[in-house]
Amino acid sequence: MYLSSLLLLPLIGSAVIAGLPAGRTLLAKQIALGTSVLTAILGIAMALQFDRALGTFQFVESHEWITSFGVKYGLGIDGTGLVLILMALILAPIVILASWNEGEGGRFSQKAFFALLLVLETFMVGVFAATDVFLFYVFFEAMLIPVYFLIGSFGGPNRSYAAVKFLLYSLLGGLLMLAAVIGLYVLTKNQFGAPTFDVTELSALNIDQNLQRWLFLGFFIAFAIKAPMWPLHTWLPDAASAATPGTAILLIGVLDKVGTYGMIRYCLPLFPDAAHYFAPTIVVLAVISIIYGAILAIGQKDLKRLIAFTSISHFGFIVLGIFAMTSTAGAGATLYMFNHGFSTAALFMVAGWMISRRNSSTIADFGGLQRVTPVMAWMFFLAGMSSLALPGLSSFVSEVLVLVGSYQTFPVAAIISTVAIVLAALYILIVVQRSLHGPIAPGNESLPDLTTRERVAIAPVIAIIIFLGFVPSVLLNVINPTVTHTLTQVHATEPTPTAGE
Amino acid sequence: MEATHALASGTSSLLVWLIALPALGATILLLAGRRSDKWGHLLATALSGASFVVGLVELFKMLSRDGETRGVSQHLFTWINAGSFNVEAGLLLDQLSICFVLLITGVGTLIHVYSIAYMEHDHDRRRFFSYLNLFIAAMLLLVLGDSFLNLYVGWEGVGLASYLLIGFWNQKPAYATAAKKAFVVNRIGDMGLSFAIMIAFTAFGTVSFQGVANHAGPEHKQIMTWMGLALLLAAAGKSAQFPLQSWLGDAMAGPTPVSALIHAATMVTAGVYLITRSNFVFDSAPTAQLMVVIVGVVTLLFGALIGTAKDDIKKALAASTMSQIGYMVLAAGLGPAGYAFAIMHLLTHGFFKASMFLGAGSVMHGMNDEVDMRKFGRLRLAMPITYITFGLGYLAIIGVPPFSGFFSKDKIIEAAFNAGGPRGWIIGFAALLGAAITAFYMTRVMVLTFFGQKRWADEAHPHESPKLMTAPIIILSIGSIAAGALFAFGSSLQHWLEPVVARGFVEGEPALQPIVVSIMALVAVALGVALAYIKYVRVPVEAVAPTNVSIWTRFARRDLLQDAFNEAVFMRPGQYLTRALSFFDRKVVDGAVNGTGALFGGLSVRVRRVQTGYVRTYALLILVGAALILAAMLAARI
Repeated sequence: MYLSSLLLLPLIGSAVIAGLPAGRTLLAKQIALGTSVLTAILGIAMALQFDRALGTFQFVESHEWITSFGVKYGLGIDGTGLVLILMALILAPIVILASWNEGEGGRFSQKAFFALLLVLETFMVGVFAATDVFLFYVFFEAMLIPVYFLIGSFGGPNRSYAAVKFLLYSLLGGLLMLAAVIGLYVLTKNQFGAPTFDVTELSALNIDQNLQRWLFLGFFIAFAIKAPMWPLHTWLPDAASAATPGTAILLIGVLDKVGTYGMIRYCLPLFPDAAHYFAPTIVVLAVISIIYGAILAIGQKDLKRLIAFTSISHFGFIVLGIFAMTSTAGAGATLYMFNHGFSTAALFMVAGWMISRRNSSTIADFGGLQRVTPVMAWMFFLAGMSSLALPGLSSFVSEVLVLVGSYQTFPVAAIISTVAIVLAALYILIVVQRSLHGPIAPGNESLPDLTTRERVAIAPVIAIIIFLGFVPSVLLNVINPTVTHTLTQVHATEPTPTAGE
Repeated sequence: MEATHALASGTSSLLVWLIALPALGATILLLAGRRSDKWGHLLATALSGASFVVGLVELFKMLSRDGETRGVSQHLFTWINAGSFNVEAGLLLDQLSICFVLLITGVGTLIHVYSIAYMEHDHDRRRFFSYLNLFIAAMLLLVLGDSFLNLYVGWEGVGLASYLLIGFWNQKPAYATAAKKAFVVNRIGDMGLSFAIMIAFTAFGTVSFQGVANHAGPEHKQIMTWMGLALLLAAAGKSAQFPLQSWLGDAMAGPTPVSALIHAATMVTAGVYLITRSNFVFDSAPTAQLMVVIVGVVTLLFGALIGTAKDDIKKALAASTMSQIGYMVLAAGLGPAGYAFAIMHLLTHGFFKASMFLGAGSVMHGMNDEVDMRKFGRLRLAMPITYITFGLGYLAIIGVPPFSGFFSKDKIIEAAFNAGGPRGWIIGFAALLGAAITAFYMTRVMVLTFFGQKRWADEAHPHESPKLMTAPIIILSIGSIAAGALFAFGSSLQHWLEPVVARGFVEGEPALQPIVVSIMALVAVALGVALAYIKYVRVPVEAVAPTNVSIWTRFARRDLLQDAFNEAVFMRPGQYLTRALSFFDRKVVDGAVNGTGALFGGLSVRVRRVQTGYVRTYALLILVGAALILAAMLAARI
């Protein structure tokens, strides 16, 4: 019942907040923080009981839901699901603490802001825990609602445009996926006699080659929009820059992972032949995302848009790792998802604090912060180092794994992608120089350094980034069996050393 | 497959302390912040010194074992276990790495001591020392890591420390830019290290030195060639070798002790370490070796030429560093015949160049941070200790016997001639030419700074530096005097390193007798000194750099146009590309999205117009619609 409890707990917290009388803002925040901390503890307790030797679903729950359609309330997690749920659960309280005052100036009360965050947490857990495709689809679409309101009601000046763009893009993807889900329904009804949406049973389907490709595309395009891959990425910079930093962290750090998670969970095991067929094309798109995102990041003048474009580059790496279909790249891709969550969280948190202090998100308005707000400057620098994958930090491990593992099957793609390590140095060091170094820019002279609350919020993020740089095996032990399982399902042959004995 | 031996035959649990002590110092100083301002520099110096002591203990332990069993390892923990990719966090200390350990911690500790006085009046001295400790830890990890990936961590770690220290005074925009440039150019080199790791893993399923060494041999020539070229790219970035040399001159923005430690004695020589450590790769890849030699030769001449035109004492020394590392890379490219000499020159250079940089720092200290040698002159009287120690370094670098540079450089020139065939003659004479130019520009530095007429600004009051600064210089000078003879005596360093880099190597018949090479080298040096004497002693030096100079001098002043080239070929097109892509993203990619949106928006506006609210309009529309349907049905029947 771990998973159902994880779904329920934030929902209860949200209901309690919604029931509070108007004006009890502080209490609402405290309840939100308390609920998310409690949920995180429960999640960690679950992780400790996870059997690391297995590559299949654990903590399975299954109840009939819509019997006539074969839809079940089916939950369960494997290594990938566990890692992503942990990421979401740990990030939630951090985001709440970091965005303590972000609900101000919204269209609705601050109470609503925190209630929406908790609802979103429930959906995030649900989407990673669902083992029933229909249930997954429901969570996938339901997530849009709190995010739409979080962006559209609490964001910056461009919030309405960004929220609608995000919604339309996502709905379009969702529609394509729905078509594919209906296709699966028809198939199972014909092949098994009774319809089912259970992902394990679905992987036994025998799908004709042509149809498989169409169904694959239905899922893949929905996920490619979510992950954002080039050229379906343009909603992200708008959404990220219009959203409050806290929303942006959950949007890019967690929600976008649903895209890459979906590729692993559905595209590969359900449509193995189509996955192999499309892999070269997808790898090309991934490489374009990597380089294109990085180059655009270099050219950004707005702090939040810059971070958004770095993420497009990083998502390219994750997709490359998934479709390289080697155990090394696959493990790297899953680890990358987790690490990117924290790396982006750190960047957006500090960027958010910088922006709220300076009342501007234009990079040119900053300068010399290292000598005004040393702690904030250090945190921004460390977050930047994590983004450029400095060895010793967690993102280095995942980036190396993706590059090394993809080189085994797509050497040219891996070589071109390596150029991103230079581009990453450029996009990070340029913004570091402009905002932290040089003489103190006008308007920055008296910016206050991080408060205790802010330090408490960012400390665990930085600690995780450093810790996993040295001990990534904590997560890799969980990830490895799942990756092996997925690669078996997709009939990938693991490359052996070309010059071995 | 050739029989390869185990790189390490024993274990030592002390190795991790070499790294942990300075790493601890950096952590404490950074976390404690201003609270450690009073004692931070002392703690950092003590921990660096403690690391040196551990290094000495390891040296004595090593001396008590024989050649083949001197390597020791320490397994720390399983670092990465992802799919088929497994990397242990492990350390390896052998005859090669111990040389570096002692150089890094020895020279490093001396420079810590020097910096206590040099940085005394800097508000952020504590931060400076935390970076120094961070550097020592990262550099030790670089030379102790037992796999290419472990080395990578130290490799980028020193890059980070270098970035932080070059930009230590990053409130000055030019300094911040210099730091960024160093990091970015280094990252271009780091791509090479990534490539090497990808190639090694895909081909051999391992990235450890031992694992790759087990596969060394002519049957894997092609793989080793690609790996060697990738490693050369990495080495070129870190060691400021052509064509990735442009960052080193700008890196002189860092405080002078940093220039001495990182950008002269240790970090910039990491490329030489990488090539020497990967000897098993290069020995199976003649093409890659040839490229190494070419890069070395080009850089040694390139750096020397730049050195002739610089008026900034630190930039002249930096050009010289580039050139001297060119010699080391050249030697490393010669394979087992040259590795030991590359390391020998690396060590002697570590002493004399560090002492000269610290000397330059001492001059700046006494001259209000002036770096323009045209504003110096006659300083030998005001700063006798600095003058003598700098002079010893000078004699060492130009290769006057019996100072240390003579032995190490002479051996490299000899090995170059012995490379055989036309290749041997070309690189041999290039190395000789380099020696002559070195003698020229170093004499120029010496004369401009310490001899001739005084050309100081009125407010300058040159004075000798405090003992905390002069003592480390004096100790390093002992190295400038004696290290070369010590290493060359009975070929001691060569024998010491042989089990690591030259197992089973037999020297062939030399192309030229050693004595002939030595005489030729001395003649070259004499010519260089004489030319400098004519130009800078016989003719009084102007306090302002003359502008009516030849086009060659102008080229050399502008670093042989390397920055202009990079700007024209990479930077500006890169900026155009960035701008063009931003435009493309906004107008084309997002334009298509918004266009679709506008299309539907426009359609709905028009559709909305139809809804006028008048019943008669609707009635008319229904009528038209019904007529159309009727017509369609009729048409279908026919």
